[in-house]
Amino acid sequence: MNNSNVNIIIQFVSLLLVQVLVLNHVNFLEYINPYPYILFILLFPVRANRSLIIFLSFLLGLLVDIFSDSGGIHAAACVTLAFIRPAILKFSFGMIYEYQSIKFSQTEFGRRLVYFSIGTVIHHFMMFSLEVFNISKIILVLQKTLFSSIFTIILSLLITVLFSRKRR
Amino acid sequence: MQQIINFVIRNKIVLLFLLLFGISLALTIQSHSYHKSKFISSANFFTGGIYKRAHGIGQYFNLKTENEQLVEENVRLKTLLYNSQIADTTQEFQKDTSFYGGVFRFIPAKVYKNSYSATKNYLMLNRGERDGVKQDFGVVTSQGIVGIIENTSNKYATVLSILNTKSKINAQLKNSNHIGSLVWNTKSYELVQLTDISKFAPVAVGDTIITGGQSTIFPKGVPIGTIDSFTTDISGDTYTIDVKLFNDMTNIGHVYIIENTDAEEIKTLEQSVDE
Repeated sequence: MNNSNVNIIIQFVSLLLVQVLVLNHVNFLEYINPYPYILFILLFPVRANRSLIIFLSFLLGLLVDIFSDSGGIHAAACVTLAFIRPAILKFSFGMIYEYQSIKFSQTEFGRRLVYFSIGTVIHHFMMFSLEVFNISKIILVLQKTLFSSIFTIILSLLITVLFSRKRR
Repeated sequence: MQQIINFVIRNKIVLLFLLLFGISLALTIQSHSYHKSKFISSANFFTGGIYKRAHGIGQYFNLKTENEQLVEENVRLKTLLYNSQIADTTQEFQKDTSFYGGVFRFIPAKVYKNSYSATKNYLMLNRGERDGVKQDFGVVTSQGIVGIIENTSNKYATVLSILNTKSKINAQLKNSNHIGSLVWNTKSYELVQLTDISKFAPVAVGDTIITGGQSTIFPKGVPIGTIDSFTTDISGDTYTIDVKLFNDMTNIGHVYIIENTDAEEIKTLEQSVDE
């Protein structure tokens, strides 16, 4: 138990620092940035307390906001993602989620891809619509959401593959 | 009473979500108005310290371009100095402080953080209140303007970049005195828009745009960019001009913070006129 707590703290700090110091400055093709720090929310232990994950997501989003001077857009998007995460889990993993706790490293690649994609798109759409905050610029929001999501999903999958422990 | 408590316990996750979501929404809306985004800003000792460390590592990669820019600026200043008899050169700062009556003080600063991909971009500088930096000071480089100081802490300050939808800066054509305001439509980090230029103004592609003397933030005549293209407004009364910036906003290392020491006096005078 203690070990997994330490793991979560390490994940929190390292994802935050990598996000604000490196990935916020990628600016691929002018405006495309990946945001794989949401892996923290996506990979949070399934059986953990729901209020805890919502609160931690808020904290993570707020810290990213403070670093990037963006008001509360990351916090709002992260809280939303954490709140609807059970629904996404149910949709993408089906029955497995209902009866036993999932180990993300042991799930099928396809299902994990679906899970990451839905989570990422929801988070990014929320974030960019709050950032632009203008209904007449919906095209810009969708454009940013699409390109950044692709980038984030690829990076997230790479990170999970790189850091998964092979114990099979 | 019992029922209320039961309700809270039953729906505690929804309520917690709504509470936190409300807080972040409030912070977002608050950050949309200038002068009010106080709480969430990277000008504090925690983020400032981390950005300072990161900058300490990162700055070595830019040393070459930084040096080239400084040499270029030195050359230009030397040219100005040795040709001061014929100093009415066209490409330089018009340091016409006698005209404006203001006295401008320059504070050099380093950029710790720069962004240009969002719709609301900010920079962070390594100068703060202890160096005399306050809100509403202008920020320029040797090439042109960068933005306006929005938040300060003891050691750090954040700059509202001209690449920010909140930014609105007084600007004018160089060859006439038609003024307008400089805004950004988020399309490209090389182009900003100059709006409200009267249709009687002599506008031509390639003309230079400079800051106007209407605000107390910038001295008159700081270069901004050249006219890239222009269109008339729907009503046909004003021009909207795409301005190509002199500054490469993606690569800013050293900046100068401009303090107008007469700003207080001008503001009080304007207020007394309003009353």
